[in-house]
Amino acid sequence: MAEESVQRPGIAGEPLVSGRVLQNVELEAAEGEITAIVGPDGAGKTTLMRMVCGLLPLGEGSHLQVDGIDVAREPWRVQSIISYLPQKFGLYEDLTVQENIDLYADLHGVPGDVRQERVGRLLHMTEMHKFTDRLAGRLSGGMKQKLGLICTLVRSPVLLLLDEPSVGVDPLSRRELWEILEQLVQEEGLTVLVNTAYAEEAERCQMVYMLDKGRLLAKGTPAELQGEWPRGLKGMNGAGAAVRHRGSVGEGDSAGEGGKGSDSDSNSIRDGGDGAEPDIVVRNLVKRFGDFTAVSHTSFDVYKGEVFGMLGPNGAGKTTTFRMLCGLLPATSGELLVGGVDVRRHRNRAREGIGYVAQKFSLYGNLTVYENLRFYGGIYGLYGRELTQRIDELVAEFGLSEKLKQAADSLPLGYKQRLSMAAALLHRPKILFLDEPTSGIDPEARQNFWRQIDRLSAAGTTIIVTTHFMEEAEYCDRIMIQDHGELLVLGSPEEIRSRMGMPGAGMNEIFIAIVERARQREGGNSHG
Amino acid sequence: MDKRADFLSPGRLMALVKKEFLQIGRDSSTLLMGVVLPIILIIIMGFGMSLDVRNVPVAVVLEDSSPAARSVVSFVDGSEYFSPSYVTNMKEAEEMLMSHEVHAAILVPGDFTARLAAGEAKVQVLLNGVEAITAMSAQKYIEAAVLSRAAEEGMKQQGDAVQAGQAVLVSRVWFNDANTSTWFFVPGILMMVMTLCGVFLTAVVMAREWERGTLESIFVTPASLLEIVLAKIIPYFCVAFTGFCLCLVVGQVLYDLPMRGSLAVILFASMLYIIVALGLGLTISAVTKNQFLACQVSMLVSFLPSMMLSGFLFDLHSEPLAIQVISRIFPTTHYLQLIKSLFLAGNYWPLIVEKCVLLAGYGILFIGLAFRLTKRRVG
Amino acid sequence: MQMTGLVQDRLRLFWRHLLFMCQKELLTTLKDRRMRAMMVVPALMQGFLFGYAASYNLDNVPYAVVDEDRSASSRSLLGHFAGSGSFQLVAMPDSPREIGQLIDREEILLAVVIPGDFERKLQQGQAAEVQVIADGRNSSVAGMATGYASRIVAEWNLERMAEATGVKGGQGSVSVESRTWFNPNQITRWIFSPGLIAMIAFVQVLLLAGMSIAREREQGTFDQLLVTPLSPAELLLGKAVPPMLIGLVQSTILFCIARFWFRIPFAGSLVTLYLALILFIFSLIGVGLMISAISESMQQVMVYFMVLMMPMVLLSGLATPVINMPEALQYATYADPLRFAVDAVRRIYLEGAAAGDLLGDFVPMLLISAITLPLSGWLFYNRAV
Repeated sequence: MAEESVQRPGIAGEPLVSGRVLQNVELEAAEGEITAIVGPDGAGKTTLMRMVCGLLPLGEGSHLQVDGIDVAREPWRVQSIISYLPQKFGLYEDLTVQENIDLYADLHGVPGDVRQERVGRLLHMTEMHKFTDRLAGRLSGGMKQKLGLICTLVRSPVLLLLDEPSVGVDPLSRRELWEILEQLVQEEGLTVLVNTAYAEEAERCQMVYMLDKGRLLAKGTPAELQGEWPRGLKGMNGAGAAVRHRGSVGEGDSAGEGGKGSDSDSNSIRDGGDGAEPDIVVRNLVKRFGDFTAVSHTSFDVYKGEVFGMLGPNGAGKTTTFRMLCGLLPATSGELLVGGVDVRRHRNRAREGIGYVAQKFSLYGNLTVYENLRFYGGIYGLYGRELTQRIDELVAEFGLSEKLKQAADSLPLGYKQRLSMAAALLHRPKILFLDEPTSGIDPEARQNFWRQIDRLSAAGTTIIVTTHFMEEAEYCDRIMIQDHGELLVLGSPEEIRSRMGMPGAGMNEIFIAIVERARQREGGNSHG
Repeated sequence: MDKRADFLSPGRLMALVKKEFLQIGRDSSTLLMGVVLPIILIIIMGFGMSLDVRNVPVAVVLEDSSPAARSVVSFVDGSEYFSPSYVTNMKEAEEMLMSHEVHAAILVPGDFTARLAAGEAKVQVLLNGVEAITAMSAQKYIEAAVLSRAAEEGMKQQGDAVQAGQAVLVSRVWFNDANTSTWFFVPGILMMVMTLCGVFLTAVVMAREWERGTLESIFVTPASLLEIVLAKIIPYFCVAFTGFCLCLVVGQVLYDLPMRGSLAVILFASMLYIIVALGLGLTISAVTKNQFLACQVSMLVSFLPSMMLSGFLFDLHSEPLAIQVISRIFPTTHYLQLIKSLFLAGNYWPLIVEKCVLLAGYGILFIGLAFRLTKRRVG
Repeated sequence: MQMTGLVQDRLRLFWRHLLFMCQKELLTTLKDRRMRAMMVVPALMQGFLFGYAASYNLDNVPYAVVDEDRSASSRSLLGHFAGSGSFQLVAMPDSPREIGQLIDREEILLAVVIPGDFERKLQQGQAAEVQVIADGRNSSVAGMATGYASRIVAEWNLERMAEATGVKGGQGSVSVESRTWFNPNQITRWIFSPGLIAMIAFVQVLLLAGMSIAREREQGTFDQLLVTPLSPAELLLGKAVPPMLIGLVQSTILFCIARFWFRIPFAGSLVTLYLALILFIFSLIGVGLMISAISESMQQVMVYFMVLMMPMVLLSGLATPVINMPEALQYATYADPLRFAVDAVRRIYLEGAAAGDLLGDFVPMLLISAITLPLSGWLFYNRAV
């Protein structure tokens, strides 16, 4: 598909957006093409987007034109011809899906007949048509993303701006998202400017601008840039991470560490084999919200020192299961032991031994890095010298020393993640819960992150992690895949591969295959 | 400012207004504020807030029990102002005063009758200054009653010896025949209700859009600033106006509130004031962009001045000059003055014109400020 | 031994948790410069502005006189009005008809009209009318001013009679000797300023406690907190103590303004005052946390806050005496901790009341806390955790 749109005829490739912004970045986005802006966290990607939208002043020496309109002088004219999907989606959480769509359609003045057809198509493309009555606030992350996209695409804009549209979106939805984009580019000659931290998405674009710290590093077609993705912009699918078994994350340097050397080649069987004590026991776990069953009869064990991945499309029941494990959500029925403690009965005792990193790295935004650490250390029972020492250790380990006095809000996402990790590890938890810890983090930071996970697991920490990066599933000892509240598959990545009869296949494909197969079965059942 | 060609499109405005109403409908707390709170307030304030002294508990000590002594304090019996309890000695009365069982004590000393002949008789009144409001009224009343009773008695004894009549006070209270503070407070309640709905609700609701990033998305649509701001004003205007009308009806039904000015003028002035309040709310949200701060600032610049400085509770004439000047800075003061006059006195056009012009000026100022400060910018 | 050791450990941990929670709460609240300003400016503004503004005392009530009699008697009576100090003569129109306009324009609040036959009637031993017309738009002033006027007239009558009865000093003359305890000049500021000490704590504690959990929920940090081993009690207390501290600081600011700026003599002991304030804040914190536990957004918090605060302030007796309320509402005030706090602080401040004298205020506040605190804990545990 990507190839087709590159060769789109008819459009002269004339620049729709042109100008000089940030630190002398000469930006041009050709009409009818998808232009990507890539770069690590803090590269200035979002700033650039907002400048194109006329939401931020350009600064001296900069100028920018969209469709021949000067953004600095007539931002309102630019704003009325473009569509912009900000990172926060801009959805009204107390309105339903349909009401959100109607609002944006009305604002863009989309006439009734066109609207019905177009919105209908978008809803079907995104498979959102079943949820039009649901409140936007009740949607899962991926569905919000899709709704955001529908809202920005209610009319065919001259220019579509997407700010990191695939953060926190599962592979299925991500694939759909790009298919929708490419289809629209093809059918309507849409011009797209997209921000991304991921090379694999940049590869689907016609032109890539590589930014770092407000400077242009490189510019060219993905083919031209292939092999020279600088500073951690290597795609997860690229050469750098071809082998993704545990122990090889750190390219050998971690293999020698800790006591895991002996079994680093076996992915599925834990240190003690069958005799190992499960750290987490889940039996027949059920969660219902009214008539809606979010999690149905799920059972699994997680063993000590294991890295356990929870995967599934958005809205599969992952987060619900995860929250029940942490004691944040009472289970409807079933048995739930964490570290040998019944979570349903002794919530507080169960919490003492766990660390938790929330989805959006919930930190106290106006407190500094140091103050955040001190607080979390304090409530985990550390104090005095022990606390100071432990903070020093973790600050060194996570490379936070330069940022100690900075407010958490002002940190780039990657640093926020590190700070969250550090905060969750202060009390040396036996079990670590990580909810989408790598969403929105640039690939280099992700590599670092997994290296750390590897070390922790080697030291005997049990780790439960949810992720939307299927490649990361390879770093887990065992994974489970859920969809529509059902446990679809459970086992080591290798086991699953062989069970699916797809040896050597990427985890992405396997995931998609599993989910699609399950959905077909489900669809078949409901028809029959 | 916005120079968009299609400055105002009814379709887009309708869409935004509809959205706002949907949100109001979803969140019962808005209606709680717009409908329930006004009714609670008008009932509590109307019935409960009163400066009219009634049934003040008072201790009476008759150390001298002669008819003359009894007569001089007899006004407390059967009076709606006092509920007396007779005690035998001053010590007891002082204890009651101290424990707030009574708010005043009247002592007729043992030598009252003896001294009466010499014209040196005394009645002592003790009051508890902690209840200063009650004390003030009670003191005036007791003093006037004792003195006039004494004068009457004196006159009787003189018989025809002196041809001296007495001055009699005939007091008339204009605009408030019943002289109840209810009538005085109800217009103030209307003002409070609109201030709360207008300033607080809008400030917080708009700050929420800033906080949640929804404004960022709306900015990048063809919607003009005028439409965005108008779409906030219209729904909350309706909420505040509903609250106002509700209070008006309840005030009529419960308290028989006179409406001597014309209803049209009252409605017009109130609409003007709602616009002022909304503009203030929007300005606050544009400055703070943070719900918590917006709430605190609204408290400071609207709620407290409306309650304490507007003349709602305290008469502005008795204030120090500086306070009078400061209170005139706040639009609530002017609106309250106007609406009180409209309800209780009638259409007095110079005042109506002056205050309406002032309110319109405030409205333009705040709405203009809101426009200026609500930039289509983020960060 | 081991048991006590265990208990001690638990206790030590509890205090440490609490300390860290409070530290964090105070930091997040006070870090922002604007927030810091919001903690101090309202206190100062209320203290000064309302210290001056909140007054029912009559000073310089503007009035007009119409003397149609122009006799010695009428001049004598009017002289009494002028000499009273509470009234200020601003106009002397010729005919009563002009009074209407003066009142409409709010130039005067009171008019005294002496009819043409005033002296004649007096001499004939008849009742001679003096008319006093007050602007009822401000009923409190109207009421007070007419009361004042009637006292002046009564006094004048008595004086006349004494003069008439001859040199003997006025047979049958009576004088009233009034003394007001604790507040000799009956300055209403003296009761408002102490009332505001309680009121500001009320507003801040309720709002801060109410917002505390809702804010974390909106920012997403609340889940993170729940996953820590903090017990609900520690969490709740950690949320409760900082607003209490801030409330106490604000009360202290207002106390200082009353004591040192307005120089209202402080008769009581600081210990009793703070005891009363702490008791009061305890009875509030439960209410604030309940609001926080049931609200999903900060907007809701604000609405609930308003819906509770307004009636509670109005029923507290801060602005109008409780005894002036109808009986049913007087009962309703028993549920209002502010009512007891205002009373207690005033009595401590002005009367120097000791804790023992204030059981009538302390016990209800304790009862209210005994009901609201566990209730808020229960709500918190069931709704929030």
